[in-house]
Amino acid sequence: MSDQVTASLASRIAPEVAEFAGVVGESGPVAVVGARTHWHVGGAADAGAREVQAPCGIWEHEPSEMTVRCGAGTTVAELGTHLARTGQMVPLDPVDAAATVGGVLACGFSGHRRLRYGYVRDLVLQTRHVDATGKVVTAGGPTVKNVSGYDLPRLLVGSLGTLGLLAEVILRTLPVPPAAQWLVGDGDPFAAFDLLYRPSSILWNGSHAWILLEGDPVDVAAEAAKLVPAGFDPCDGPPPIPGTGRESMRPSDLRVLAGTGGEWLAEVGIGLVHRHEPVPAAPVSSANAALMDQLKQRLDPDHRLNPGRRAW
Amino acid sequence: MPSRSAVLVGYGLGVVSEDAAADAALLADLRRVLGSRARDNDFERGLYSRDGSIEGSPPAIVCLPETAAEVAEIVRICRRHGRPFLARGSGTGLAGGAVPVGRPVVVATSKMDRIVEVDTANRVAWVEPGVLNLDLSRALAPQGFHFAPDPSSQQVCSIGGNIANNSGGPHCLAYGVTTAHIAALEVVLPSGETTTLGGVEAEPAGLDLRGLFVGSEGTMGIATKAAVRLTPNAPAVRTLLLDFDDVSEGSAAVSAIIAAGLVPSALEMMDQRAIEIVEAFAHAGYPTGAAAVLLVELDGLPGGVEAGVDIVREVALKHHVGHVRVAADDEERALLWKGRKNAFGAVARIKPDYYLHDTVVPRSRLTEVLEKVYRIADAYDLIAVNVFHAGDGNLHPILAFDRRQPGVDERVKAAGRDIVAASIEAGGVLSGEHGIGLEKRDYMGMLFSAHDMYTQDLVRETFDPDGFANPLKVIPTGSRCSDSFHQHVPEGAWV
Repeated sequence: MSDQVTASLASRIAPEVAEFAGVVGESGPVAVVGARTHWHVGGAADAGAREVQAPCGIWEHEPSEMTVRCGAGTTVAELGTHLARTGQMVPLDPVDAAATVGGVLACGFSGHRRLRYGYVRDLVLQTRHVDATGKVVTAGGPTVKNVSGYDLPRLLVGSLGTLGLLAEVILRTLPVPPAAQWLVGDGDPFAAFDLLYRPSSILWNGSHAWILLEGDPVDVAAEAAKLVPAGFDPCDGPPPIPGTGRESMRPSDLRVLAGTGGEWLAEVGIGLVHRHEPVPAAPVSSANAALMDQLKQRLDPDHRLNPGRRAW
Repeated sequence: MPSRSAVLVGYGLGVVSEDAAADAALLADLRRVLGSRARDNDFERGLYSRDGSIEGSPPAIVCLPETAAEVAEIVRICRRHGRPFLARGSGTGLAGGAVPVGRPVVVATSKMDRIVEVDTANRVAWVEPGVLNLDLSRALAPQGFHFAPDPSSQQVCSIGGNIANNSGGPHCLAYGVTTAHIAALEVVLPSGETTTLGGVEAEPAGLDLRGLFVGSEGTMGIATKAAVRLTPNAPAVRTLLLDFDDVSEGSAAVSAIIAAGLVPSALEMMDQRAIEIVEAFAHAGYPTGAAAVLLVELDGLPGGVEAGVDIVREVALKHHVGHVRVAADDEERALLWKGRKNAFGAVARIKPDYYLHDTVVPRSRLTEVLEKVYRIADAYDLIAVNVFHAGDGNLHPILAFDRRQPGVDERVKAAGRDIVAASIEAGGVLSGEHGIGLEKRDYMGMLFSAHDMYTQDLVRETFDPDGFANPLKVIPTGSRCSDSFHQHVPEGAWV
């Protein structure tokens, strides 16, 4: 009975994805363009590369499956609006919601609520990308749980489109929490982190911290009440998060920033500092760089995908 | 560029003959590093010839390293001798991932079992691969943390094995599978070089090699240390047992609970046969007359948990639940879970052997696929028992059988293939948490195109161009020739 079941994922490729593969073609340098909200990341794209855009559109959303399938060119704002109708979300949370889903994933930037919802790569269930030969490759799977084959989706997230161009993704959705409350204060954000059970975000600028609590209204109120004696009061939200530089460190190392001036906002519990000025990429060990170079060599030997960008 | 099968062909796969002189030279080199911890006696080779699957084949030599440096030395010696190696944790894997192929050297990590550092400031623990899953959570409990992935085998399975298979467990519904809980990995690459993938910092630079390594079933190297994330223990937990007269009502309740906006920490289902077997073993008060039960766990802060209990109750009533039992205390909760977590072993009450499957289907197709599973089992004269992670659509049909019956192995394998096919036809995948290993390697073509698999193999090859690390697993042989991916090693070649 099962011999007819061959390559079931490959047989369901959307026409928009196939069309995108045709546009990417088999030769010549190509640069994939989203909303240009993260255009500075990884260095300038080669000017000579032909610009292509991934398809957009929300193609499947089954609320009881908690999955959504969309074109990589779909904007985060459009996805959010669509999912909100059924009380769901994908907490990508880019600094600018005009960003495309594919752009956020290519950068691999997790949003400011990562403390509660996890890393952006863990929201990706299946990817379809166009490879350097112009062919569509499917990896991962459409279900919320899957370990079928190598985890290419996690390799693609954060690869800046240098290994393949994201065309379509299936993401895991989550229920929008029934209550949310920001608090602000000059209390110790590290002590607050230890005091709370799974806060959504703790942003800190060296003098003040903004804390987001989400969940059941009773719990949000009770957790907020714990913060009041620690020097925090309800507020509308944090200041805009600087969108240019991301400095990565161990969560415990953030403490060294106390008292340093400047316009930065750090994610406590995560170890990320958002800055207005660019932050140079951290070095990669020689063994890891060799593996990354080899991956590039095997997957895009002619360096035609997003030339100029450096993911490492 | 040599493919991994080249080593094995060169090494004589298919005509694997015992080359006593080659084995002796290899053993002598390994003994120089490991002393008596490099072994070739028949008893231990037999012991390490199997994992939790029904396949088996002895390794040439078993090594029991105690340090990462020893692991690196073993890998280098294997390379010099042209011999594949295979990392092994507790051997509880169910897909044949730890079954030796091509007379390899088994690198058993059981002596590398130290919790090196618990770093609460960064919410990680550095552990060696041989640490057992439940031992880690027990060690973290005094500080209020645990390691979230909780396979049913968690009393005996190792963190290294969890990493190799990207293991799941009932509580992965809310917390995610192993990859979401691994910050960094120290690994010995198939070249013999040691490196660290990922990191404790927020966004380690470069490609996510850590994410690629987790779930690669030992084909990209050997993990010698891991920084695992610490998950805070929930302040409140509620466990409910719901029984239904009709499997389809139970399945519909699963979808309705999720659609109501709840993400239970676990949402498990058992069918009638499973309920009977488990109750006879655990005496947990499971309703033996019911067609299906759901075990639902909610955790978090108390307000959300109690609101969740109300929602589950409401949904269950709409789906004609028989009884709603809420565990009154930790003791009752533990009893309900004891039944669930020991269900597989309890199958021995009906037949001496079992084959446990692992596929995922969309939640909305659960009823339909379950019915197919029963029909398939009937057609092959086997008994199907279903205990599974319904919340994420992760089916675990158990085929119970008696190996002493002639020809039963073939029927079990054929039924397994049909179950996989039925799951994929329903829009599902090959495996939710057990991995591909040998068991499902040749089914990869049901899900992926030849080009998809070729691409995956290119990525694997980056780590192991010469095919030394756990060869012939995951990707069907021949994936490098796009039209011949149905090829595989001749039956019996490696047993």
